[in-house]
Amino acid sequence: MSGVPWGETKLVQGNEAVALGALAAGIDFFAGYPITPSTEVAEILAREMPVIGKKWIQMEDEIASISAIIGGSLAGGRSMTATSGPGFSLMQEGLGYACMTEVPLVLVNVMRGGPSTGLPTQVAQGDVMQARWGTHGDHPAIVLAPSDVKECFDLTVKAFNLAEEFRTPVILMPDEVIGHMREKLTFPKEEEVCVIPPSSPDVPLEWYEHYHTSATGVSPMAHFGSGYRFHVTGLTHDTHGFPTRKVDEVVSKMNRLKQKITRRLDVLENNMIHDVENCDVVIFCYGSVYRSALAAQKILAKQRKKVGIFRPVTIWPFPDRTVKEMLDSKEVILVPELNQGQIIHEVERLTSDSVRVVPLHRFDGYEITPEQLVAAVLEVM
Amino acid sequence: MPARLPYAYKYLRAKKKFPHVWCPGCGIGIVMGSIIRAIDSLGWDLDDILMVSGIGCTSRMPVYVDFNTLHTTHGRALAFGTGAKMANPKLKVLAVMGDGDSMAIGGNHIIHASRRNMDITAIIVNNNNYGMTGGQFSPTTPQGAKTSTTPYGMIEPDFDICKLTEAAGANFVARGDVYHVIELDGMIKKALSGSGFRVVEALAPCPTNFGRANRQGDAVNMMELLKDNTINIAQASKLSKEKTEGKTVRGIFVDRDEIGYLERYEELCDRVLSEVKK
Ligand SMILES: Cc1ncc(C[n+]2csc(CCOP(=O)(O)OP(=O)(O)O)c2C)c(N)n1
Ligand code: SF4
Ligand SMILES: [Mg+2]
Repeated sequence: MSGVPWGETKLVQGNEAVALGALAAGIDFFAGYPITPSTEVAEILAREMPVIGKKWIQMEDEIASISAIIGGSLAGGRSMTATSGPGFSLMQEGLGYACMTEVPLVLVNVMRGGPSTGLPTQVAQGDVMQARWGTHGDHPAIVLAPSDVKECFDLTVKAFNLAEEFRTPVILMPDEVIGHMREKLTFPKEEEVCVIPPSSPDVPLEWYEHYHTSATGVSPMAHFGSGYRFHVTGLTHDTHGFPTRKVDEVVSKMNRLKQKITRRLDVLENNMIHDVENCDVVIFCYGSVYRSALAAQKILAKQRKKVGIFRPVTIWPFPDRTVKEMLDSKEVILVPELNQGQIIHEVERLTSDSVRVVPLHRFDGYEITPEQLVAAVLEVM
Repeated sequence: MPARLPYAYKYLRAKKKFPHVWCPGCGIGIVMGSIIRAIDSLGWDLDDILMVSGIGCTSRMPVYVDFNTLHTTHGRALAFGTGAKMANPKLKVLAVMGDGDSMAIGGNHIIHASRRNMDITAIIVNNNNYGMTGGQFSPTTPQGAKTSTTPYGMIEPDFDICKLTEAAGANFVARGDVYHVIELDGMIKKALSGSGFRVVEALAPCPTNFGRANRQGDAVNMMELLKDNTINIAQASKLSKEKTEGKTVRGIFVDRDEIGYLERYEELCDRVLSEVKK
């Protein structure tokens, strides 16, 4: 295969769809370090990118990989890396730097069993909280969790666009099942894919502020070599990018970092909600577990049991308001996760004591099956 | 107007960012002067230059110069620089790092930047300790020296920055110091003039920490130590071993013309493209 097979229908792997999604989004630069179960992303791009004159490099580790794509992005390239648990841990340093310096990039973390080397070839959803809070200090986080191969493609394109729009790293987090499964995928036609190009300022050179405060909290970003000369530092900085410790400037920077996300939750929020209004039990899930939830819902429907499903596609920022509005009146919410309980705390936070929030944990490296969900639903009903 | 001032206004963020953070007598500012003079003599356009650094006293340099400037995380200057260079090969990338930055936390990155012959010029200010954090030992602290974390003397052997980068494959490797500053200007100019990975180690005093801990006197004394304890490679070759014993050799040790990474990558793209067309 060469390039994106626009308009064609093919049997495609999740990781392959991520790589092709990156090409569809116009990726200019990839830097990575091999790790199961994400390696296919790097391998496919290693094959595809030189053919179209785009830059690809295997760095010496994951710290170097994310550092390189930050440099690449600042120099005007649409940049991405891909990794899994152990590499994701190493990338936290660079992730925080990119949040602080407001550099767009896409980080793909295909989740495997942890902690540490854990279960390299098997599925887990243990990085959900690390994706939110893994790097030190308060910081924004945008995290998308696909549940099928088509979404691997679509959400990769979306991740690039959101990164540009919000000038921040966007994390795409398929779990291992989604990264490695193969499904039929009909690719869109080229003209159907919307790609937001890297921004560029139009002000005179001497007026340019690298962190201009706009209504959205995000301003067009110049790139190194464009003639706009600016400074970038991970130190807390003023609107020109120079280090500051002035209280008002520090507070303004930190508020803007937070508010550029919280003021535009409508753009980021993306949920799949099925039959939640009129049901006996809600299954709250994401990633591969959503597939099992859909299957379980069908099985239970035959037994006249009404099951609703709430699935955040954007898991961070968490859909607080919608969850509160739709789920706080429910009797039982089942939260199946491939970990020992992470997102469940968010659901608990947003619901009253009268709502029973019931966990279902699986962390043995295998997926949660529809049968398991059926049994769990019958038990909580 | 004194002759120095045009440099100040052309190359420094003179009105905005001074006074600087460096202590009186620190050697880092002299290295910054050398870099600016070298760039001036090359006539480079400021818009084309990217100065990238890590974290440390040395790595504060980018804030003062009016290029494209990128102050990154501790040890990672070369990784950020690699990405910037690949995304925009027109950038002339200059990485400024401390001895701790480049040899300890960034040791892996410099080995691989050397091996790849990545098209970056690395200027390493070697002050034999971690200046910024208050004078702890670094991989270039000489055996026996006192620092705040070697109160009884350094027991670990030290790294030779030049030998290490030469062995790892750098195209150009030189060592100068801030006393022999005209020589240093020339080395940096030569480093900036070629392709591939290019290293200049600049020995510089940190009177505040290393100097004080090792009773090396004030900044002037420390400059005199550089004068007395270093020797140019050409002079050294004429003297007997005993006469050069204990002296640090300055000079250009490696000046190869191996093909740099970016050119190799372009060749790869051309090759695969012609294969695909077939
Ligand atoms: C990951 C990380 N670890 C530790 C530090 C603390 N730190 C800041 S500068 C520095 C050492 C600087 O020494 P060197 O690179 O030699 O630069 P100098 O200050 O001597 O110029 C250290 C350890 C840090 N900023 N980041
Ligand atoms: S601590 Fe040392 S290296 Fe740092 S500015 Fe002071 S003299 Fe220079
Ligand atoms: Mg030092």
